[in-house]
Amino acid sequence: MAAMTSVEPAGPANAQPPRRRPKRTRLPYVLLIPAVAVLGLGLGYPLVRQVVMSFQEFGLAQQFGQAPVWVGLDNYVALLTDSYLWAVVVRSIVFCLACAFLTMAVGVGMAVLMTRMAGWARVVVQVVLLLVWAMPWMASLTVWQWLIDSQYGVVNWVLVRLGLDQFAGHSWLINPISFFAVAGLIVVWMSVPFVAFTVYAGLTQVPHEMLEAAQIDGANGWNRFWQIIVPMIRPILLIVGLLQVIWDLKVFTQIFTLQEAGGVTADTNLLGTYIYRLGLGQGDFGTASAVAMFMLLLTVAITFFYVRRMLRDEEEL
Amino acid sequence: MTIETRPVASQPAARTSGMRRPLLRGAGTPRRRRGNSVANIAGLILAAVFAFPVYWMVNSSFLQTADLRGPNPVFLPLDGTLGQFRKVFANPNFVTAITTSAVVTVLTVLCAVLFAFLAALAVTRFRFLGRKGFILTILVIQMIPAEALFISQFRMLDGWSLTNNVLGLTLLYVAAVVPFTVWMLRGFVAGVPRELEEAAMVDGCSRTRAFFTVVFPLLAPGLVAAGVFGFMQAWNEFTLGLVIMNRPESMTLPVWLRTFTGANQVTDWGGVMAASVILAVPVVAFFMLVQHRMASGLVSGAVKG
Repeated sequence: MAAMTSVEPAGPANAQPPRRRPKRTRLPYVLLIPAVAVLGLGLGYPLVRQVVMSFQEFGLAQQFGQAPVWVGLDNYVALLTDSYLWAVVVRSIVFCLACAFLTMAVGVGMAVLMTRMAGWARVVVQVVLLLVWAMPWMASLTVWQWLIDSQYGVVNWVLVRLGLDQFAGHSWLINPISFFAVAGLIVVWMSVPFVAFTVYAGLTQVPHEMLEAAQIDGANGWNRFWQIIVPMIRPILLIVGLLQVIWDLKVFTQIFTLQEAGGVTADTNLLGTYIYRLGLGQGDFGTASAVAMFMLLLTVAITFFYVRRMLRDEEEL
Repeated sequence: MTIETRPVASQPAARTSGMRRPLLRGAGTPRRRRGNSVANIAGLILAAVFAFPVYWMVNSSFLQTADLRGPNPVFLPLDGTLGQFRKVFANPNFVTAITTSAVVTVLTVLCAVLFAFLAALAVTRFRFLGRKGFILTILVIQMIPAEALFISQFRMLDGWSLTNNVLGLTLLYVAAVVPFTVWMLRGFVAGVPRELEEAAMVDGCSRTRAFFTVVFPLLAPGLVAAGVFGFMQAWNEFTLGLVIMNRPESMTLPVWLRTFTGANQVTDWGGVMAASVILAVPVVAFFMLVQHRMASGLVSGAVKG
């Protein structure tokens, strides 16, 4: 989906808004009605309800029609004093940063490699990356589960072939560390194409003369990379990295699916799955809303930074 | 709230880098045609590692169940079969799931593109009070993850008896897709200069006719791209589908696919892989279509100076 990256037809020259001040008209407001209505109904109203619900005792009884009880900050206090929530938060943040870092490292590495490859080889790499990028998440997840299947999975087969007999019938999901390693690997695999393509596009903008000049002055490849290329593409790296953090913080599908496939839920919950288990699993919607609010605020804080950064590049909204 | 925001904000980065070419480029930059053989080898090895899961999915979907359960994996479906696909299509739950997914997807695409197009017209063709606020709101909410809101979205739809209902899910999907679609179409609409419209009107077109004969065709690629984006989001989405469509008979395709691989059952890997291929094929096809589209330099040359 992120192919849309580059759908960006409007050259800056054409992007200016109308010069003349048009007549005062209600038309723009009318045009906005459907979009605003659907956003208000689908996002705005649930958001308000979620804020309210996070201040309420909203459990199973309420689902059967009892009026919710207003409990003020109780849900939040209960959560903040709950060591399990902190375990989940720390786990989520560590997982998120590790995935984002690895994705960036592999993605940037791929991008640099692409600039040095022959044309035909680069096309091969790009086709592969596009394929991976286009794969629906659930299709990717099922095939990864098949790869690591304990009995017939090809990963265990290869490891046994390499002489590591302890991997015969090894289950990758039971141990939380190996669970997160697998989940992280899948997340990174899915995210690398976006980073690789975006950074590669940035790299092609780095003037070649500059690199040549540095080379003549005796800078080796490593120095050229860190002292010329990285500073020049820093805005891209920052934005892409920020996006990875935002996306990896909300990771749900991968964790949920792997949990159902054999992970130990309590040891592997991240924020998203914790909300799900609390709310839809245990019917404790009040507490689940409080966790969701926490996650929302965390995301909005990072997003804010991102949007500010992004608006700096936009001369005109 | 983004269903899966992966695509979304790629935009600024793309803008910064001025990336307006297709992702797949032929012979590449003229400077370095030959490339460096170490880089070639390293890149190709990495590509093989990345491609392996995709290849394995396709390969497995053509194998006989006996081959899948053999002591050694079979790497090429030489005595391949379409049996796995036949089995999937014969499964009534699959047929229900793909129908649900198709209906939700089509509704989402139609509503999202229409609503977003109108909004994009408003923000590019008019200046009005609240315009900036609207754009900023769009930017921020497209980053809100579904995971942070699904609890109360579920409560809301449950209250209206819209869970396990195509319309309920569609509402959430449209709301999730519209922000990015507006942002994307805004670029396309701004790319069609007013002068074109005005020229047509000077030549005697009515405003409506000028819009439909001159502006609209130029916007077609943008609308297609927006539609494809909506398609991929709605077709792939898992989290909201799981939460809202929790009954077996109303599951969407990704949610149904998940039920295959639970821990306490013997997974029919051939069937799952065939179903995954079926899920992936339309997305990959559309994805490639759009990546090609990226090249189109809209109205270049239509307005001189």
